[in-house]
Amino acid sequence: MDEITVTVNGRRRPLQGATAHTTALDWLRDTGLSGSKEGCAEGECGACAMLLASPADDGGTTWTAVNACLMPVASLNGQEVVTAEGLGSPDALHPVQQKLAEAGGSQCGYCTPGFACSMAGEYYRADRVPAAPGEEVCEEHGPNGFDLHALSGNLCRCTGYRPIRDAAYTLGSPDATDELAARRTRPAPRAVPTDFEAGAGRFIRPATLDETLRLLRDEPTALLVAGSTDLGVEVNLRGRRAPLMVAIEQLDELRNLTITDEFVEIGAALPLSDAERRLGDRVPLLAQLFPQFASRLIRNRGTFGGNLGTGSPIGDTPPALLALGARLVLASVDGEREVELADYFTGYRQTVRRADELIRAIRIPLPLARVTAFHKIAKRRFDDISSVAIGFALDIDDGVIAAARIGLGGVAATPLRAYATEAALIGEPWNVSTVRAGSAVLQGEGTPMSDHRASSDYRSLMLGSALLKLYSSTVIESKEVSA
Amino acid sequence: MSSLADRPANPVVGLRAPHESAALHVTGAAMYTDDLAAQTAGVLTAWPVQSTNAHARVTVDVAPAYEVSGVVRVLTADDVPGINDAGIKHDEPLFPSEAMFYGHALVWVLGETQEAARLGAEAVQVAYEPLPSCITVREAIAAESYQGIARTVARGDAAAAMVSAPRVFEGVTEFGGQEHFYLETHASLAILDSEGQYFVQCSTQHPSETQEIIAHVLGISSSQVTVQSLRMGGAFGGKEMQPHGFAAIAALGAKLTGRPVRLRLNRTQDITMTGKRHPFHISWKAGFGDDGLIQALEATLTADGGWSLDLSEPVLGRALCHIDNAYWIPNVHAQGRIAKTNKTSQTAFRGFGGPQGVFLIEDILGRVAPVLGIDPAEIRRKNFYRPGQSTPYGQLVKDAGRLEAIWGQLVDESDFAARRAEIAAFNAANPDTKRGLSITPVKFGISFNFAAFNQAGALVHVYKDGSVLINHGGTEMGQGLHTKMLQVAATALGLRLDQVRLAPTRTDKVPNTSATAASSGADLNGGAVKNACEQIRDRMAKVAGRLLGVDERDVRFEGGFITGLGKFDQRLTFAEVANASYLQRVQLWAAGYYRTEGLHWNPDLMQGSPFKYFAYGCAASEVEVDGLTGAYRVRRVDIVHDVGDSLSPMLDIGQIEGAYVQGVGWLTLEELRWDESDGPHRGRLQTQSASTYKLPSFSEMPEEFNVRLFENAREDGAVYGSKAVGEPPFMLAFSAREAIREAVGAFAPVGHSVELGSPATPEAVFWAIEAARTAGSASAAASEATLNRNTADVAAGRSPVGADVPALASTEV
Ligand SMILES: Cc1cc2nc3c(=O)[nH]c(=O)nc-3n(C[C@H](O)[C@H](O)[C@H](O)COP(=O)(O)OP(=O)(O)OC[C@H]3O[C@@H](n4cnc5c(N)ncnc54)[C@H](O)[C@@H]3O)c2cc1C
Ligand code: FES
Ligand code: FES
Repeated sequence: MDEITVTVNGRRRPLQGATAHTTALDWLRDTGLSGSKEGCAEGECGACAMLLASPADDGGTTWTAVNACLMPVASLNGQEVVTAEGLGSPDALHPVQQKLAEAGGSQCGYCTPGFACSMAGEYYRADRVPAAPGEEVCEEHGPNGFDLHALSGNLCRCTGYRPIRDAAYTLGSPDATDELAARRTRPAPRAVPTDFEAGAGRFIRPATLDETLRLLRDEPTALLVAGSTDLGVEVNLRGRRAPLMVAIEQLDELRNLTITDEFVEIGAALPLSDAERRLGDRVPLLAQLFPQFASRLIRNRGTFGGNLGTGSPIGDTPPALLALGARLVLASVDGEREVELADYFTGYRQTVRRADELIRAIRIPLPLARVTAFHKIAKRRFDDISSVAIGFALDIDDGVIAAARIGLGGVAATPLRAYATEAALIGEPWNVSTVRAGSAVLQGEGTPMSDHRASSDYRSLMLGSALLKLYSSTVIESKEVSA
Repeated sequence: MSSLADRPANPVVGLRAPHESAALHVTGAAMYTDDLAAQTAGVLTAWPVQSTNAHARVTVDVAPAYEVSGVVRVLTADDVPGINDAGIKHDEPLFPSEAMFYGHALVWVLGETQEAARLGAEAVQVAYEPLPSCITVREAIAAESYQGIARTVARGDAAAAMVSAPRVFEGVTEFGGQEHFYLETHASLAILDSEGQYFVQCSTQHPSETQEIIAHVLGISSSQVTVQSLRMGGAFGGKEMQPHGFAAIAALGAKLTGRPVRLRLNRTQDITMTGKRHPFHISWKAGFGDDGLIQALEATLTADGGWSLDLSEPVLGRALCHIDNAYWIPNVHAQGRIAKTNKTSQTAFRGFGGPQGVFLIEDILGRVAPVLGIDPAEIRRKNFYRPGQSTPYGQLVKDAGRLEAIWGQLVDESDFAARRAEIAAFNAANPDTKRGLSITPVKFGISFNFAAFNQAGALVHVYKDGSVLINHGGTEMGQGLHTKMLQVAATALGLRLDQVRLAPTRTDKVPNTSATAASSGADLNGGAVKNACEQIRDRMAKVAGRLLGVDERDVRFEGGFITGLGKFDQRLTFAEVANASYLQRVQLWAAGYYRTEGLHWNPDLMQGSPFKYFAYGCAASEVEVDGLTGAYRVRRVDIVHDVGDSLSPMLDIGQIEGAYVQGVGWLTLEELRWDESDGPHRGRLQTQSASTYKLPSFSEMPEEFNVRLFENAREDGAVYGSKAVGEPPFMLAFSAREAIREAVGAFAPVGHSVELGSPATPEAVFWAIEAARTAGSASAAASEATLNRNTADVAAGRSPVGADVPALASTEV
């Protein structure tokens, strides 16, 4: 086994003392870099955030902020990371550190190194453009182009956030001497095939898709890991120790984004942030979904494949993808097959995917429906798990609903198509009485439960509300008399 | 010059200083307790075995843990040489034979690694013999399960006044607790040194008490234990009582193994094991005049104390002392009692019962105002204390006039009247979205109710080179206490801020300290630091007077230089005088001491003057509520708050903003859900991690947030004229809850009293809107303006308040 090394703050460090399940955070702290903190070990607080050198669209490098607590450190073989200690030192603060310190952005300081890293990721974002003088800045953006959503995965219990926002909004741009800025022009490290066995497990990063598929066929215990934003929580909070993990997030075949006349194909292991940026407004329903999905830190690693791989009934992509009529491309050594997402889920956390298969890509058929929307009901506005989530895709021709697909999450053991509601809408005029009738049907779809997130009654009523809200928004858009 | 509140010329206090550790925070160089552990060689990790039963006698078999490789030792009750108790009330066995709540730590496993300790804990076998349990406060009331001493605050004749009051309302107000969610979980690191001294690093707000508990568990004297609290990653009251047992476990482990032992709770352990803000159940009756003046209040407050007494008695005491908030209530009869339930032991949390008391009166005013036909803002202002009036517990309300002054300033600066009008127009035009703007005051008593705690010590060294090292008994948890203490010392010694350094808080420097709590850290320790510095300064003045040829009374210390009045040509550096003092054998260090004068309190009568002064503030919050989902946003917040003459304005504003957002979290978002069923997980906390217990994130930050300090606000009774700031602004968050109430009210006809669950989550707000709309459709001809009128569901018996949402009711009787 070749020695595994990770470049941390410009210095190569061998992976000593780690096991296959050791997280990057624990490893960093064990090597003496205690600037990265553990606040939750489940990707919620961002106290562990660090910067990862990842490939940029132009062949250079992007400094991507990620949660160190969720990543197996073995997945960083040959990679480069920067922690708060690497951004600057007390005698030579990095610009984001300078601003945070001046603005009163730290009180107890425990969240602060993580904030510094998330903020630095946004500071170095290549397409961050300051607003022209006098130009209106859009909501949650600073005049310097700083997108506040970059900090949505960082929690602070002390400050109330205002000084942190002020620090972020007064940041300038990197100057010519900034080494991390310069680093962006050179390529990111390539994925390094890895086979690391230590402790109770083994971590393999295969070199190719074929090798991956063979492993899946030959090793029944193999567990795929993409962004590890779901698996990392299982490891940390529920003590899951899979004997064999197979990393797939750097396989080219799983990272592409292709648009043909028939479909949009999204690689199953493409980070959600990359899909978000590269798709732009191409699929409006997804453009609505992304900002409501977890936080920037999680989207920087999390993938469609991982969201669908667990078969969870409360994932946010299924309702949207069901509405879009998406199909999954499943690959195994025997070749590929396509399944309708609506046929994919068979029971609570069960799917038609065989153990020797992986999800290679998601295909969204074109043309897209013209009226689409994604509604997520949760306790907290950002970065919260849905109580219910609803995806709508309707075609309305001459005021009549010609086609309708509605996907629901959080209302049953699997994500659902709201077939009864779809039937109630199709062929009817798009008006208040149709919407009310449809809303009543929609309220009855699924069998939502009561839990700590919401009561079953509330969940049901929110389904109905979502259709009403969709209607109001189309009415306002078409400047008809408002209801 | 040495009067407590007077400031010299060009003082360093009052300057906008960044946090003393800011550069360390932002670079990750600031160390916290477990960071020290990460860098300690040979350290063992402690891991708990937690009860999976809410109440049961337990038999623990630890033998299987020793089969796990890497397990070094399992700590059990048999290992305790001293007293097997983690508290000061002797009702908190450290290793219990009876599990008192789901999550209770029963024994602790020490492992070479965290993984080994965790697996060892998993291997431990626990047999449970279940006992009856109370989970909710209602169950405890029904079972008459109480603990501690019940207290009553009374004035006038509430019963008689209730009979004669023209309007009488009664109801029940219930609200949930709050998890501290300091970002740094509990952590301790214990080392037994070569001299038999235990050195325990601990994330504690109360090092002296941590030291005492370690000593009594180990059966040794306090002098054998040193506790250091380097800095905490947040505390908020959660590290006042709770760390002691953890520190004792680490120390016991160090004793038994001879190796350093670290104990750091992970988030779920921290949430499931440690105490929280007390939930309350309050039944009340309030009499009003038609003019909106409150004439009488009767209330029974039941605090949910959890399994042990902890700080529940003083928390209840402070709640009873704050049911008046800013209002003159001539006749009061309020009794308080503490329920004993099988949950975590509820404890101190920013406000310490104050928010729970204030909750009651603000809830009453918010609910009755529409029924009385009086603007909620008006009813609040009308009932303000006037100068000369006293609280129900008999203390004169000092500076009561500040309430009116702050309120008036805020009404102007927030453009209150014009925005109210805009909101009315907005609401009329929008059937499914409503806004509300509400303004609420706070008056909060400063000092520990228990008089003995109001003392502090400091140790200040001046070295021959003129450099200064200060030490004091207060702990740093992010509130900026150390920064303020540096500013106080620099001011008292006439130095620049950068000439003073501070050393970590530890019990071998300043003994017998009080908890850094009750917002009193700067008042008490500031008094002590100032006292120590002034002793040294006065001695140095004699030396300098001789060097400068002036009387010592004419020596001035400023900006690092020492001058004599009228001696324009000559100035000495602080270092020169320090060195001269040394050579002349003048003592250059001093122990400082401070006690707050004039306090007295009779806890049996609940009468006296427990507070040195009151802190005041007002907030105006505007919210927008979505009628289809109950979701809301805080659009704008304006605050004017009284911190006296600020010691450090940026830090004070930071405290105000942070407290406000934390208060909004408690009132609108943060929800502790316990399994109240009779199922196998009865008593289990269902929201036990960051993914299920949601605290405010960026998305809850007010879109516009204006905070101003009330000016010319000198407080004669505190160091350099300042006031305490940590807790009072927490209660400014009631303005957000009341604004939601007003917005919900806009869905109903005029006069509808809105009852709002707490926390007012989107779902709770949604049900309140449903009730408001039902009131509308019941009273008037159905308006077709609204799309979503699920009146059928409500009429069909779907309770607007789910079974597990705290129930509310108020009726005019
Ligand atoms: C703080 C936080 C917030 C979150 N918020 C949301 C949210 O708002 N909405 C939401 O839906 N989810 C949320 N999640 C869950 C998670 O981030 C998503 O499910 C994400 O899409 C998982 O992707 P991943 O690549 O990280 O999956 P991984 O953790 O790598 O894998 C998850 C599972 O999927 C399997 N898997 C991964 N890729 C494939 C593949 N290509 N083919 C087959 N199986 C595969 C793995 O074997 C594993 O079992 C959140 C998680 C966290 C930690
Ligand atoms: S520790 Fe909280 S996100 Fe990683
Ligand atoms: S400064 Fe304490 S958590 Fe952010």
